[in-house]
Amino acid sequence: MKIQRHSILVVGSGLAGMRAAVAARENGADVAVISICQPVRSHSVAAQGGINAPLCNNPESKDDSVERHAFDTVKGSDYLADQPAVVKMIGLAKETVYELEHWGCPFSRFEDGSIGQRPFGGAGYPRTCFAADRTGHSVLHVAWERSVKLGVPVYEDRLVIRLAVKDKKVQGLIVYNFRTGDLEMWECAAVIFATGGAGQIYGATSNALSCNAFGMAIAYWAGIALKDMEFIQFHPTTLYGNNVLISEAARGEGGYLRNNKGERFMKKYAPEKMELAPRDIVSRSIYQEVLEGRGYGTKENGYIHLDLTHLPEEQILERLPQIRELALIFTGQDMIKDPIPVQPGFHYMMGGIHVDENCSSKEVEGFFACGECSCVSVHGANRLGGNSLLECAVMGKVAGSQAAEFVKGVTPSSEAKTILFLELQKQEAKLDQWFNDEGKDDPFSIMEEMRATMMTKVFVYREEGPLTEALNKIRELKKRFKNGAYLKSKVRQYNRELEWVLAIEGMLDVAEVMCLGALKRTECRGCHWRLDHLGRDDENFLKHTLANYVDGEAKLSYLDVVITKWEPKERKY
Amino acid sequence: MSDTKETQKITFKIKRFNPTVDYEPYWDSFKVDCDKGTTVLIAVQEIIAKYDGSVSMRYNCRAGVCGSCAMLVNNKYRLACETLVLELEKKEIKLEPLPFFPVIKDLVVDMDPFYEKLLAIDPFLIRDHSKDPETEIIQSPEDFKIIEEATECILCGACHSSCVSVWTDKNYLGPGALLKAFRFTKDTRDENTKERVKRVTAEDGVFRCHTAFNCVEACPKKLNPTEAIQALKRESAKQALKFWAR
Repeated sequence: MKIQRHSILVVGSGLAGMRAAVAARENGADVAVISICQPVRSHSVAAQGGINAPLCNNPESKDDSVERHAFDTVKGSDYLADQPAVVKMIGLAKETVYELEHWGCPFSRFEDGSIGQRPFGGAGYPRTCFAADRTGHSVLHVAWERSVKLGVPVYEDRLVIRLAVKDKKVQGLIVYNFRTGDLEMWECAAVIFATGGAGQIYGATSNALSCNAFGMAIAYWAGIALKDMEFIQFHPTTLYGNNVLISEAARGEGGYLRNNKGERFMKKYAPEKMELAPRDIVSRSIYQEVLEGRGYGTKENGYIHLDLTHLPEEQILERLPQIRELALIFTGQDMIKDPIPVQPGFHYMMGGIHVDENCSSKEVEGFFACGECSCVSVHGANRLGGNSLLECAVMGKVAGSQAAEFVKGVTPSSEAKTILFLELQKQEAKLDQWFNDEGKDDPFSIMEEMRATMMTKVFVYREEGPLTEALNKIRELKKRFKNGAYLKSKVRQYNRELEWVLAIEGMLDVAEVMCLGALKRTECRGCHWRLDHLGRDDENFLKHTLANYVDGEAKLSYLDVVITKWEPKERKY
Repeated sequence: MSDTKETQKITFKIKRFNPTVDYEPYWDSFKVDCDKGTTVLIAVQEIIAKYDGSVSMRYNCRAGVCGSCAMLVNNKYRLACETLVLELEKKEIKLEPLPFFPVIKDLVVDMDPFYEKLLAIDPFLIRDHSKDPETEIIQSPEDFKIIEEATECILCGACHSSCVSVWTDKNYLGPGALLKAFRFTKDTRDENTKERVKRVTAEDGVFRCHTAFNCVEACPKKLNPTEAIQALKRESAKQALKFWAR
């Protein structure tokens, strides 16, 4: 059987992956991208509001600086972010945004022709660079265009299903080719995972359908820890009904949140920042209003209003055209004239694959990760809006150049082919089981039960009782899955059911880590709010949760947060 | 938005074809309960989860920006993710893959013929980066406006699939690639205008467009590739005049 080879394989074609591939190529490495979708289809494309950098273009941001941006990020993270990593990321922010602009990114502009910047949540200065409300789309297209210019190959319609590791060293990947229905062997000296988020574990999410945590699960199964997985960002304003994202830019441009009495309720929760408090605080406030009967809909599935009707029509049409269109399509309401219904929904995974500030794993040599699937950690317990595109671009670049540096010193492994072949046989056997066995449990109903559990018990507010129930439920579902979930369709080519079924196995393991981490962290920090343990506990929990996969279960350990500049203080907005 | 979950049973007729095993395409029907929030994408998801996992389509963002799910819905070019089923006001809905492209399986097509044309126009900014400023390259809001609409393209391929000139001349660059060419030709930061205009006015370029406006009708983002192609024609005339005036 043929083995395909590249020194570096990037898994995922979103912004982090494409930026990593570009950086690796620019550093002279033989790099290729493997992706389940075609270029520019990845979820980065759906990012709307912008990308943060202290450019000082806005008349009100003349005093902004790397230091201030970094401090806002650390405070936003509720002091869980590693400060040297934050300083590194923000230090590279300006040059990275300018680079994207030089490559052709169509940013919106100020009158003087400089890149437009708008206010965003939790930020001391308006520093969010934007391209209307299509920033992710614009930035991802540019990263792909750059990769075309440099001739980086992208192998699409391929799902990576296993990482082959021997003696704690990366050997290559086992890949399902959707078109042929066959498994393939890909040999490499280094791999960069940029596989995105985990929203499909909850279902009610702004995430794309491919954000199914499978990349995280693959790394986890291969012996790499998952870090801080209890920290899940619920975006305050996802559209009621299908949880499509309504950008924070709507509030950055001056939009109000109103309860069913028409009150701007944020004055109770964050009197200074109001609607532009960080996302964890705004989401909790909305949830509280709904619980206390001041929302619309039911308490279980309530919503409040996002009101932009006081803004000039031209401003909405120029700055927020996409979300106006989306709200119009899905709710029939025009935000120029009517408030639109929004509710918190799963948006972003602060946690992820445990890597250091060079995006490199200390557990498996030759393994790198960047973007949402990774946890460097720069977002800690709560990410600021506009910092995720920044992380993808900056850390993608870091991962790509670090991997290129790494492969220079690697002599090809003589065993790689044998190891890949053995792993391929194992995975073939597993696939054959799916195609031949008749199980009794429908994996999609297992997934629905998992989603319902996570939505009701591991949501904005958390407590020991429900968290324990959730953990037990997920472990029961894992058992049921293992003992006889079935695949309805036995067709090998382009089998999307197979993709879901493989992902569900991963989602269950990742969900277990989320539940366990949340149960053991008996404090409130950022988005993790324990009703039975109010207040932040720096003495015991100024540390990252690490989860390793041991004998089919998650085993936790902890790692101290790196604090160099800013001592933890009470977080108020 | 009301909370009523009134559902209607809608029949989805899907054009199936797996070239590895089938000789000919065939139609399959599925009945799905749809409420007012059900999109074509959600309905197909339901079919995959509940009835037949082998139904294939491309999808991702659910919000009309990734460009994965362009297809023919009742003979019209649509994105499955933003097409609300009940708003079509039909008891039976027909789903077919994008015409013109070879079928990989069911609703999934091989888009290489589109991507090849896209790559042929050098879809990236070209300039001498050694002279780049340390900050951004200045571009006025007015100059940004000129390219803004063209940058909204999601590369879904609907325009390419709908174009009669593409159908009759396989070499024609097509509306999608030419819209992209327009976007770079008109970008004040690009230094390759002359070469670009030369490229798009070659035999396989803008003059193959017969202004049938199919692309405008097909575009789910309401963009206007035909207009961009006419602008490129004008640009070429302008350059030719400059040449004679020398």
